Amino acid sequence: MSTSNLHVYVMAAPLLTAFFVNLVGRVSKAWIAPLTLGCLAFSSAASIIVLGRVMAYGGFSYTVGNWQAPYGIELVVDHLSAVMLVLISVVAFIATMSALKSTSQELPDQEYLFFTLYLILIAGLLGLVLTADAFNLYVLLEITSITTYGLIAMGKGRAPLASFNYIIMGSIGASFYLLGVGYLYLMTGSLNMADIAQILPTIGGGAAIATALAFMLVGLWVKMAFFPLHGWLPNAYSLAPTGAAILVAPLMTKVTIYLMVRVMFTIFSVDLLFLQNPAVQNGIVWAAALAIICASSLALAQRDLKRMLTYIIVAEVGYMVGGVWLANSTGMTGAILHIVNDALMTLCLFLAIAAILYRLGSVEFDSLQGIYRKMPITMAAFTVGAFAMIGIPPTAGFFSKWYLLLGGIEAGQWGYVVALLFSSLVNAVLFFRIIEIGYFHKDGEHHGHEKLAEAPLSMQIPLLISATALIVIGLGSGPLVEKIIKLALPVGF
Amino acid sequence: MSYQTSIWPLAAVLISLIGSIPIMLSDRNPNLRESWTILIALGKVVIVASLLPTVLAGGGFEFTIVEVIPGVPLALRVDAMGMFFALVASILWFFTSVYSIGYMRALNEHAQTRYYASFAVAISATLGVAFSANLLTLYLFYEMLSLSTYPLVTHHQDAEARQSGRKYLTYILGTSIGLALPAMLIVYSLAGTLDFKIGGILSGTGASSQTLALVLVLFLFGFAKSGLMPFHGWLPAAMVAPTPVSSFLHGVAVVKVGVFSILRVIFHIFGPEQLLAVNLGWVITTLASITILVASLIALTQDNLKRRLAYSTIGQLSYMILGAGMLTAVGMTGGLLHIAMHAFGKITLFFCAGAIFVASGKKYISQMDGLGRRMPITYLAFMFGSISIIGMPPLGGFISKWNLVLGAVSSDQMILLVVLLTSTLLNAAYFLPIVYRGFFAESSDPVFDEGIKEAPLFCLIPLSVTACASLALFFYPDIFLRLARLALFP
Repeated sequence: MSTSNLHVYVMAAPLLTAFFVNLVGRVSKAWIAPLTLGCLAFSSAASIIVLGRVMAYGGFSYTVGNWQAPYGIELVVDHLSAVMLVLISVVAFIATMSALKSTSQELPDQEYLFFTLYLILIAGLLGLVLTADAFNLYVLLEITSITTYGLIAMGKGRAPLASFNYIIMGSIGASFYLLGVGYLYLMTGSLNMADIAQILPTIGGGAAIATALAFMLVGLWVKMAFFPLHGWLPNAYSLAPTGAAILVAPLMTKVTIYLMVRVMFTIFSVDLLFLQNPAVQNGIVWAAALAIICASSLALAQRDLKRMLTYIIVAEVGYMVGGVWLANSTGMTGAILHIVNDALMTLCLFLAIAAILYRLGSVEFDSLQGIYRKMPITMAAFTVGAFAMIGIPPTAGFFSKWYLLLGGIEAGQWGYVVALLFSSLVNAVLFFRIIEIGYFHKDGEHHGHEKLAEAPLSMQIPLLISATALIVIGLGSGPLVEKIIKLALPVGF
Repeated sequence: MSYQTSIWPLAAVLISLIGSIPIMLSDRNPNLRESWTILIALGKVVIVASLLPTVLAGGGFEFTIVEVIPGVPLALRVDAMGMFFALVASILWFFTSVYSIGYMRALNEHAQTRYYASFAVAISATLGVAFSANLLTLYLFYEMLSLSTYPLVTHHQDAEARQSGRKYLTYILGTSIGLALPAMLIVYSLAGTLDFKIGGILSGTGASSQTLALVLVLFLFGFAKSGLMPFHGWLPAAMVAPTPVSSFLHGVAVVKVGVFSILRVIFHIFGPEQLLAVNLGWVITTLASITILVASLIALTQDNLKRRLAYSTIGQLSYMILGAGMLTAVGMTGGLLHIAMHAFGKITLFFCAGAIFVASGKKYISQMDGLGRRMPITYLAFMFGSISIIGMPPLGGFISKWNLVLGAVSSDQMILLVVLLTSTLLNAAYFLPIVYRGFFAESSDPVFDEGIKEAPLFCLIPLSVTACASLALFFYPDIFLRLARLALFP
């Protein structure tokens, strides 16, 4: 492992800029956009360089303040975290272009507050994938959660209540995780992930270790909204200010999936008996299948595009949890590829929603009649995102689903396979319902569509970038899997 | 067999996909827009025809676009079987384009730009299916075809059209995602490849006969565009579309993409020897036989001309599957040949139905008494089409049916012979009365009939040409016969 500190700047840039945004933004709004976009552009570029270096030389680490591990704080980049760094910073950059516009409309005069939290949240997400310390992971998880609570509470109407609900559930989740870390610290006397991983095989105490892992997993499941622990998510995400939803919806659950993979395979390992226990494995894959089926069915009952998507997000969490627990390399490839693809699909769809909300003020199904004729570009991009969610080739969504299904077949987990297919079919119903309303229904008479125009360019550009990315990543998924994802698989896969 | 790398297969597929852009941009100038359509259609025929000599000489072309899954690239390959289908589709698309102009303008249809653009994307997808080198590429274009034809089915945008569009997607997308996709995944996990190979890729994988049977059934029903019962309900529903759509897409392209996909699976994923070895031919022939008989019986009861044609199509599609399922040389040749023969016959019939609607506004057979005397050319063409579908000389349909009958005899399955002959009688029973009543019955509505004359030339010429082509195919079936034999016995 060579040392380099570029990856620290990836995280530090939004963190430091957050304070400037708060200070300068009070005086002049004009500074918010260049500062925010500038630091995220820097993070994106730097993270791509980091990924390039990891590809060329392997992973590297940085010890904060030069305090050596296991006592100092260590930030580590390997293939998987480099992929996540790129994903988070690029998605955040694209989302921000649109979020600036939404926020200036929805929260005028509060933009500096909004973007302060927004940038700290991004820094927290980047920190989560960098940290090599189980306790710091908890701290960063809380940083991301608390900023999210704040962002959601800035929404209209019942948003503060949704945020409060999220706070309760989120805190319970965090407590579970912390309890798990406590157990581990008692058993090993260390908090550094690599250190714990070295100590664990040398000590006995299977039950205590298994309990620690179980606590940590449950904590993360609450945070990622793994059905039936998902109750907080639909309200929180659909009532949040649009600018916050564009960022949080694509990234939050996906980063938490990453954390689950980290905890399972970096702190613990495949050799752990608890993870190899077929009853546990089968049980969780079945729970994932159930999650997919239930969340998809709930999505069917929604009459509002944003709420519908929040249930799809919950279903997608089931995809990835299931993929990880299939315990074969195909399933794991699918899960990690799906982290990338699902983030981009959700981004694309939420950007489209933001554009519609900006012009129309509502994304209820009834108000979407004839929307295609008024906003053709937005809806074309939406359609690409919809196809990706359904899993139609050559969009990205098809290929991750391919690996997940194949992994399910290899593992003989037919329940999971059926759940995935069921969810694809439900997604087809969900999205074609909207396409039908938007395209083939006559214009909504009572909504005054005459004045409706295409979304502003600053919202169209990120939308088109994300839609194009879905097709490019789909067509490029061969090299992506072979050259990057395969290397990012946890040890043992 | 050697394939040379060439960009032309990709060009043949993409020309109309890219061409949909100028079509959309010429929204305000219909003459320019239709010129684009005709130009692209001609270009497509020329490119496909330019590839033909090499294929007839036993060669072929290949083009790999990008490797998307280990061992499974998105790739195109022009072999005899693909060329066979591409030739039929591109020639008939040209005539449909001409016919569309006459039909859509005479009826003053709305949203014509969307119509022509969707059509262009659909034909790209059709050629994509024809030229796919593996199952994944085929699946990609298969879905592209489903999605691009959805706006065409829902064209009228009223409650009935939307309902039919929903039904269309439910059947087609539902079966392809729910059945064909898992079947494809099982094949991949067994064979590690999805490449179309003479003799199949599943032999020697050690798959049990139960697994093979499961995969076969998943594929048969998964490609529901072939109209195999009980997943046929979308086809009569799709008849709400404008008639050129029904003619080309639901008489030729979409439905035959379904059959073509099934035939690809039978010939190049399983391989006939493999299916014979595990004795699974009967699954295919039984499902096809039931569909043939039931669809023909239902067709008898339909008074709406387009719906009668739709049920006739469902029955005829299963002829092709039946032929493939016989797993004998002559039967499989007959099945493949029937793709071409039926295409020319059925498109003529649909063109005629559209011409009758344009000229008289009539949809129901019971109202068409005496119409043949007013529209003799259309009715003559209709007679040609009918005779071809029934399978009587001197029309092309006889050639494929003759091969199918020989196939039934050579595979020693007399029951299939009975099915074919019964169906022939039923075909005659539901087609010939239309012709007879058109020419000889007393008109039921004399006042209304006075003003009726033949449809516009843009409608009349294409239907005459396809009718004559049906006739010509009886005397000169060589190209298609050679391609079919090359496809099966290279």
